[in-house]
Amino acid sequence: MLRLPPFLRLSPRYAPYALLAPFLVLFVVFGIFPLLFSLYLAFHSWEPTSGLGAMHWVGLDNFAFALQDEWFWKSLRNTGWLAVASGLPQHLVAIPLATFLHLGFRRWRNPMVGAWFLPYITSSVAIAILFSSLFSTDYGLINLAIATVREIPLLGALMPNAAVDWLNDPDSLKPAIATIVFWRYVGFNVVLYLAALQTIPVDLYEAATIDGAGRFQQFFHITLPSLRPMILFGVTLSVIGGLQLFEEPFILTGGKGGSDQAGMTAAVYLYRNAFDFNDFGAASAMSWLLFLVVATLTWLTHRAFRRQGD
Amino acid sequence: MQAPFDTAGTAATGGHRMSAWAAYLMVGVGALIMLAPFYFMFVFATHSRTEIFSLPPPMWFGDDLLANLQILTQRLPFWRNLGLSLYVGVCNTLLTLLFCSMGGYAFALYEFRFKKALFGLVMGTMLLPSFMNMIPSFMIMDLLGWIDQPRALYIPGAASAFGIFLMRQFIGASVPRELVEAARMDGCGEIGIYARIVLPLLKPALGTLGLITFIASWNNFIGPLVVMRSPDMYTLPLALRSLQSPVDTEWGALMAGSAIATLPLIVLFMLCSRQLISGLTTGAVK
Repeated sequence: MLRLPPFLRLSPRYAPYALLAPFLVLFVVFGIFPLLFSLYLAFHSWEPTSGLGAMHWVGLDNFAFALQDEWFWKSLRNTGWLAVASGLPQHLVAIPLATFLHLGFRRWRNPMVGAWFLPYITSSVAIAILFSSLFSTDYGLINLAIATVREIPLLGALMPNAAVDWLNDPDSLKPAIATIVFWRYVGFNVVLYLAALQTIPVDLYEAATIDGAGRFQQFFHITLPSLRPMILFGVTLSVIGGLQLFEEPFILTGGKGGSDQAGMTAAVYLYRNAFDFNDFGAASAMSWLLFLVVATLTWLTHRAFRRQGD
Repeated sequence: MQAPFDTAGTAATGGHRMSAWAAYLMVGVGALIMLAPFYFMFVFATHSRTEIFSLPPPMWFGDDLLANLQILTQRLPFWRNLGLSLYVGVCNTLLTLLFCSMGGYAFALYEFRFKKALFGLVMGTMLLPSFMNMIPSFMIMDLLGWIDQPRALYIPGAASAFGIFLMRQFIGASVPRELVEAARMDGCGEIGIYARIVLPLLKPALGTLGLITFIASWNNFIGPLVVMRSPDMYTLPLALRSLQSPVDTEWGALMAGSAIATLPLIVLFMLCSRQLISGLTTGAVK
């Protein structure tokens, strides 16, 4: 057995504290303290250039400012729009896809899951840069693909008539961002649902087959209800993630929010308030308001799904 | 259960086989669409700016990779940025593995006061959105004089709530209490038990957490954006972003840089996708 010098020999009574100490010190200094600090800041007026002594208590002024700031509201609307437009399709695609993958694809299952999942682990900055070239107006591959589909009868009628100015037209910027976010996270949801599908007992399907239920009936009466807890969980993650959206819109709009601020999410706006406009107090107030929105929506998601089941 | 698509069960009538093929086709084409952006990232990395923005855009690899790398190294301390990313990632990973395995061990196998409350508090912070920390963490780094210091990235990152969670779960499930008791009876000290008995049993979990931590650190953008102010101290994502300019973006060079930032992740993923996916979803499926 390993022999340690006496001062390192701990009694079991103190060992857990010693083992936890390094983690806890970091956790308090870089996790808890900053959080309290930001709450303190939200009630103060402060510009970083004037030093820490120049903080003034302003009460709820920062919150009042944020709530009366039309850009803040616009950024919240943008965030909500993007969260829904990127989040909803993720689940609408991931659930049937996971079902297909679960039923078939013995040998090819893992490579297929891998292909869908890979975007999730790649650098959001590299991805956003790549997509800003794919979304380029005149020479981008996405407009080229649209132009190709336009040649096909019937399907072509669904396509826009001219090249879309994805990144400069305020109405197209949001769908472009939502597409990237969808692409990045859909595979993660597929993996979640695949894990849930594997826990559904096979007997349920056998009994349903004996009762003469078809494939679609089984999907709607067995698969979907069994997936409900995972859907709740996946949707909650999408809500939390969607409301934090920062990197994709930040890179695609050069950190400025894009024309008519169509790509300015709440997280981008609070970054700009702090680091472009030097208003740390207002930015902190906004981060707490945004946190309230996230917490409320998470709670509402839980309620909505619980009620559906009763 | 309904017969899987690829077996000839009783349910596999002609209609089913058709729909099975349709399903295969959709999933397969979808997978190709998911992979296509990666393909074009690597193709564009080997073309000049003018070639990338020509009609039709290049579909196959060109021979401008070296020229693109040259532009990259002229405009940026690119290799230094790459090295910093690697350095921060390795330090962050090692510290996280050490501190989280120690903490996870304490939470899994010891009883002590406030254990539940403390664990709840740590887990609660996982629910907090990442932007909550953006402003205060800048201020703390400023107070500590850590702006432009790599430690501003890897030291706070080592207090990973997810890491503690993963380690506690794994230790609780795979380290028998009897083994720890027996070692204690034999006169092994508490730190000896951790180092000699628990740590070796943790290898799979350490591998998973290490992968996840390294990837997160490698991709981290908000952290360095807030604390790294001079281009010499940029990590890779920041450096790439700084090349984007409204007037003359060097797309070929940017693609080459993005490809270099992405390639290690793709390789890691191909080598240990199962471990990675299960680790990420354990964290998800709390």
